Amino acid sequence: MDKVEITREIDARGSYCPGPMMELIRVMRSAAVGDVIAVLSSDQGSKRDIPKWTAKASQEFIGVEELEGYDRIVVRKVK
Amino acid sequence: MAKRVLFVGAGPGGLMTANRLAKMLPQEIRSGELEIVVLSDTPRHFYQPGLLYVALDLALPDGFERPQNRLKVPGVELVVDPAVRIMANERAVVCKSGRRVEYDYLVIATGSVPDLDAIPGFREGAHSFYTLPEALKLRKAIQSFDSGRLLMIIGVPHKCPVAPLEFMFMLDDALRKSGKRNQVELMYTYPIARLHSLEPVSNWAEKEFAERNIIGETFFNPESIDPVKRLVYTLEGEEVPYDLLVAIPPHTGAKIVKDSGLGDNEGWLPTDRSSLKVIGQDRIYALGDATNLPISKAGSTAHYQSGVVAANLAHELRGEPASVPYDGKVFCFIEAGLEEATHITFDYNHPPQPSDPSGMTHWFKLAFNEMYWLSLRGLI
Repeated sequence: MDKVEITREIDARGSYCPGPMMELIRVMRSAAVGDVIAVLSSDQGSKRDIPKWTAKASQEFIGVEELEGYDRIVVRKVK
Repeated sequence: MAKRVLFVGAGPGGLMTANRLAKMLPQEIRSGELEIVVLSDTPRHFYQPGLLYVALDLALPDGFERPQNRLKVPGVELVVDPAVRIMANERAVVCKSGRRVEYDYLVIATGSVPDLDAIPGFREGAHSFYTLPEALKLRKAIQSFDSGRLLMIIGVPHKCPVAPLEFMFMLDDALRKSGKRNQVELMYTYPIARLHSLEPVSNWAEKEFAERNIIGETFFNPESIDPVKRLVYTLEGEEVPYDLLVAIPPHTGAKIVKDSGLGDNEGWLPTDRSSLKVIGQDRIYALGDATNLPISKAGSTAHYQSGVVAANLAHELRGEPASVPYDGKVFCFIEAGLEEATHITFDYNHPPQPSDPSGMTHWFKLAFNEMYWLSLRGLI
């Protein structure tokens, strides 16, 4: 994951509403195919829900980096 | 020479902050050292949460509207001339008439805009309640809807994140009262893995849905609508039929933000989550829906932020540091039907926990619909 170039990073730490997942969907909608989006999330549910959504929406889940007090979740828009 | 604080936008964020600032610095205004100018694109102010009640035929729109010039306090100058370009390098804003207004400090409160064209087929196939014409159209559609599936779809992002749930609960109650509920299937969808962004609200809604026989579908992001076949197609590859489609339109930032080169791809202003200054702009604050902050686009967000921005402007105008932080506070009422409501409050560090719905909270919400006009003047 270190070698992936991030196109856009969303700092959704401390976001309960709309929350990291909604922020990701918002940015994915306006992103170009091939863009790599990183979401910073302090919500424990994000690293469970985001891979589920990328699988359902046929997008690419790249990985999760666990940092101090939050996660950095990386996704690529493929369609 | 007087210093000028210029506000672009006279919605709750702009007007409330201008009024609060005027009340904080009356001496500076009286002595001519400070001018507060608000640019508005309309002479009327509409209380947007009222549209939910209009769509459900619970209130007429007239009571939710006032003239802008009756809502400002002494010391605030209101100019009805839409701002069209912010020239940050020249500390000036240009209006539609060609008027150029210079500033010492600028507050951008341009809100968010429902984009009825973002989902193909939306205008032809869907009803919404985020503009007055749309709310009136939906009211008419509900009045003649006697049977079939009412499908609720949700675009991202959108303002007032609890409004879709409120709509479902209130409509469920109304249909039961009119004896039509057995002929109508209510189906609610949501973009993520649960019924609402806030987990406690989602858990509560799940229980209510089961009791009220409302169908809830998750991971549902509408991509297009076929108004002839009455089908919604999703990003996740599903197609779902409807008889009456109620849709929450995706929102974008204001055109002026995009045209001035200050926003991101969708027109949201990159904003510091604590100081509420536009990132890289020392003399520009942003608040309310206009920011890119990952918090609810809601009037209460603008309300809490307005106290921070007004206080920091007062400090800066007196040569002091802008020392008051925004902690991410949001408060929302949630109508749970026609006679009960709950509420939530949260900030960057404290998750929400909805209270049990009660008649008292519902009546307080209705009272707030009137108290709003006082809050705009900075009284509450």
